[in-house]
Amino acid sequence: MNPIEVLATAISSLGANKLRTILALLGIVIGVAAVISTMSVGRGAQAQVTATIQGLGTNLLFVRPTGGGQEGSGLTLDDAYSLIDAEAAPSVARVAPEISLAGTIVAGRESTFGQVLGITPEFLSVRNYEMGSGQFISGIQVQNISEVAVLGPEIAETLFGFRDPVGQTVRIGTGTGSPRHFTVIGVLESRGGSPFGNLDSYALIPITTAYYRLESQRTVQGEVTVGSINVQAVDVDLIDTAIAEIDTILRLRHRVTDTPDFTIASQQATIDTLTDTQETFVVFLGVIAGISLLVGGIGIMNIMLVSVTERIREIGIRKAMGAKKRDILSQFVLEAVLLSFGGGLVGAVCGVGVSRFVDDRELGGQTFQTVVTGDITILAIVVSVAIGLFFGIYPAVRASNLHPIEALRYE
Amino acid sequence: MIDLKDVTKVYRMGEIDVAALNGVSIHIDEGELMSIMGPSGSGKSTLMNVLGCLDAPTSGTYHFEGQDVGSLNDNGLANIRNRKIGFVFQTYNLLPRLTALGNVELPMLYGNKKNRRRRAMEALDRVGLSDRVNHRPTELSGGQQQRVGIARALAKEPSVLLADEPSGNLDSSSSQEIMTILQKLNSDDGMTVVIVTHDSEVANHTRRIVSVRDGLVVDDSAVAAPHQAGRGGRE
Repeated sequence: MNPIEVLATAISSLGANKLRTILALLGIVIGVAAVISTMSVGRGAQAQVTATIQGLGTNLLFVRPTGGGQEGSGLTLDDAYSLIDAEAAPSVARVAPEISLAGTIVAGRESTFGQVLGITPEFLSVRNYEMGSGQFISGIQVQNISEVAVLGPEIAETLFGFRDPVGQTVRIGTGTGSPRHFTVIGVLESRGGSPFGNLDSYALIPITTAYYRLESQRTVQGEVTVGSINVQAVDVDLIDTAIAEIDTILRLRHRVTDTPDFTIASQQATIDTLTDTQETFVVFLGVIAGISLLVGGIGIMNIMLVSVTERIREIGIRKAMGAKKRDILSQFVLEAVLLSFGGGLVGAVCGVGVSRFVDDRELGGQTFQTVVTGDITILAIVVSVAIGLFFGIYPAVRASNLHPIEALRYE
Repeated sequence: MIDLKDVTKVYRMGEIDVAALNGVSIHIDEGELMSIMGPSGSGKSTLMNVLGCLDAPTSGTYHFEGQDVGSLNDNGLANIRNRKIGFVFQTYNLLPRLTALGNVELPMLYGNKKNRRRRAMEALDRVGLSDRVNHRPTELSGGQQQRVGIARALAKEPSVLLADEPSGNLDSSSSQEIMTILQKLNSDDGMTVVIVTHDSEVANHTRRIVSVRDGLVVDDSAVAAPHQAGRGGRE
């Protein structure tokens, strides 16, 4: 029997019991659609995160002390300034050290708990931010230890509502020292609901003010310690060079040869870590969706077994007419594969449809973004065909092994 | 053409062995029109299965056109069934989903024969059903269904036509039609026709009757004056 005839026979057999065929298809359709839509939602979330981080600038590096900065061997303000060195570190464009404090910010009767960052003027451009209104902290204000603050839009709204915060006074207190009055000189632009790396709920003040007026941590040598140093490389391609330069300078300054007391993390490394974490999550979701595909496969096997039992007489007739084992085998395997392939195709269409529908739509307070990729779609279809083949073989072998006389006598 | 020697067939029914054939020897020549007759339980169905290569004998030898059937595997048996043997069943055994034409084409499909459509149309024409080619079995009468069955057996031009109670489920006028067709195939085309039946009226339409009882051939004799269906047959 040639392949086209086998195909025609299989199609006409499936067409003979349409309801059952559709129900068997449904299992695979749901499985494939589930795999494709979960994977596309996962990929979408990944793309969102990557885009957010890239918005911060991929030529960004973070230098942080490893010992938490308390042991006296932390990073100092001088360490930060030492990185601005055209000869030793030509790949470093800008350096922005920061001191991070947790504090209470009060304006009138409103108060909020938030992060207070002591920064330098370079911070704005290094972190790729724009002002929403007012001015950013200037070099002179850092020099003068001015008590001025730039608020994140979220804090500004909490404290001042729709009033313009610029020119108003806030009180900032952090654990130890007594609260101080700061004049609000500007508000940052809003970065929206991105899950991290946004400064919407931060208050920024000059690094010197944070250090001398709010809370100070001096090293044993009496130097000013900073929480971390933001470094902007000249170019994305020069990130690795910049890392090497910073490493050399800081090792010299800290007199370490083996394990350094600081870490240098690039934005790319952050992206990679997050992408890895999310990839694991997406794969986990995919596996769960894959289980439904497996269940669909078992459904096909069930249907095929029923179909074989129901068609024992037909098999007997075909065998009496000279059908060989492999003719019967290929007919039933092909029926199973057609079911799963058809289900895979319909499922792919449904899955892509669901992904398109969900894309950019707000569900449960979260905006979903989906990315449908060809590789997942093709993989899902291929897997569904493989499942049909796997679960179709046993019923088909049973059919092909029937004895013609017993099959003919079967009532 | 067909040569059975001391053929036995033993079935295992649970713990007991049941001998359906106890040493049957039959020789059938090309162009014969003969019948194998016996009551139910005589072993004639088993004999028909062995003759039709649907079942292998337990012992003894079976040569079909000089080939030792006992030495063939499943595929070899399927090949002989497909090319050499045309089956006509009591219960027609047509596939309900296929049209008359589809059913007649079916064996040729497995044999990869060429010109299937034309051969099938010719076969249907010879059994007088050229106006029913696109009907499904459920849309045909019993006699018409059996004629489709004969056309199916015929279309691939087999060496022998094996008919198992071909008129067993039919009224007398349809029976007569079927017997007419079988006789005509034998006389006009020289087709070897073997009819298995319990009905002596049917057997008397053939030229030779082999009587089977308890798995043995008890009588093998020529019929002096075979009935001619469609003439003297109707009483």
